[in-house]
Amino acid sequence: MGKIKPLIAIDTNVKEAFMRHLLNPLDFSVEEIDDLLRIAGDIERNPSKYAHVCDGKKLATCFYEPSTRTRLSFESAMLGLGGSVLGFASADSSSASKGESVADTIRIISCYADICAMRHPKEGAATVAAMHSGIPVINAGDGGHQHPTQTLTDLLTIYSLKGRLNDLTIGLCGDLKFGRTVHSLINAMVRYPNIRFILISPPELQVPEYIREDVLKAKNIEFKELGNLDEALPDLDILYMTRVQRERFFNEEDYIRLKDCYILTPKKMKLARPDMFVLHPLPRVNEISVEVDKDPRAAYFKQAQYGVYVRMALIMKLLEVSPC
Amino acid sequence: MLNISGLKEGIVLDHIEAGKSLDIYYHLGLDRLECQVAIIKNARSSKMGRKDIIKIEGGLDRIDLDVLGYIDHNITINIIRDNQIVEKKSLSLPKTITNVIQCKNPRCITSIEQELPHVFYLSDERTETYRCKYCEEKYTR
Repeated sequence: MGKIKPLIAIDTNVKEAFMRHLLNPLDFSVEEIDDLLRIAGDIERNPSKYAHVCDGKKLATCFYEPSTRTRLSFESAMLGLGGSVLGFASADSSSASKGESVADTIRIISCYADICAMRHPKEGAATVAAMHSGIPVINAGDGGHQHPTQTLTDLLTIYSLKGRLNDLTIGLCGDLKFGRTVHSLINAMVRYPNIRFILISPPELQVPEYIREDVLKAKNIEFKELGNLDEALPDLDILYMTRVQRERFFNEEDYIRLKDCYILTPKKMKLARPDMFVLHPLPRVNEISVEVDKDPRAAYFKQAQYGVYVRMALIMKLLEVSPC
Repeated sequence: MLNISGLKEGIVLDHIEAGKSLDIYYHLGLDRLECQVAIIKNARSSKMGRKDIIKIEGGLDRIDLDVLGYIDHNITINIIRDNQIVEKKSLSLPKTITNVIQCKNPRCITSIEQELPHVFYLSDERTETYRCKYCEEKYTR
């Protein structure tokens, strides 16, 4: 028989004082991230060693907006650790449609599950959840703000492919304004030495001012902003492509005007180094031509697999479990 | 010079930027106090040229120093007892402020959950920049 949770939350304050959440890529130190990547690498090599570390544990996936990929990646990760999953896949199928607040929802979810992954269209929703939660909360994307587990996925992919997280020139291309994966990745990568960024976007979709001023300039990170992908390609170690997302625009005309700005083709790939890798948080629409999929430098499908490994490592860390 | 009667026990908020006293009056909730409050606008000042002053009868517990520090940390606070200035306090920018300013980001969770407190933290002391605790949007005064 499993452990029964106390009916009265006597230990809530103590528990909350030590409980870890992942809301922002910077919630973990570089050493903690190194440790996560090390465990994720070990999971990739020895999945059976980790197959029962979460036996009896439950993950709640609270997704207030659709996301097949991230949600299934979390569910696959928990199932791969021997745990089980419950949750909802859209706001319509949750009490949010009845007007329930995020704070109340997470209080209830805390009674049903051991850990929660939350996606919400509004920025800061996961922070609100963490403030009222009795279980660890993982931000699985909050509007255009942060997407830390995608960042962990990106870090694991870059580390696995390049063998390092320092001394890299990273090109970020597409929607750099609303693309939360881009903001999170920049925040995470600036902590490693000798990182350079080339930011490729139309003027309307450039990185927000707080990333440019408070992160890049404040930390003296070398970066340049370009409007032309071809010009950037020869210098890159990593090309991180993003989709121009319809749901981030208030105005449909702006979306249509900007959505096809940058399309990566085999012809463009000829401009890149032989050891450059292309990453994409997926889903792709048409910003990477399907012919590029055959190029050995196309790493975006492998990246999705790394996403499962790193989420497994993350769940273990937040639940404080490890293989016997 | 206009003469305002002396304050036996209370607080004098001095060196308020001219024209800001009414904002401060409402932000500090002085309109809800029962005690005497005097607002002096456009007083002559050798340091500032013109300044506003607010005199409040009663103890320091009547005002929120964080709110005052956010509005203008150059204001000085004089504590008056028995008609004498017994203490001068200076203000600093508060690390966090709650329900003083509102997040204007339409994508912020506070835009749909009305009961959430609007909390801002000081992200850069040099530029006096505050950001929303939830969405990190910069607040522009």
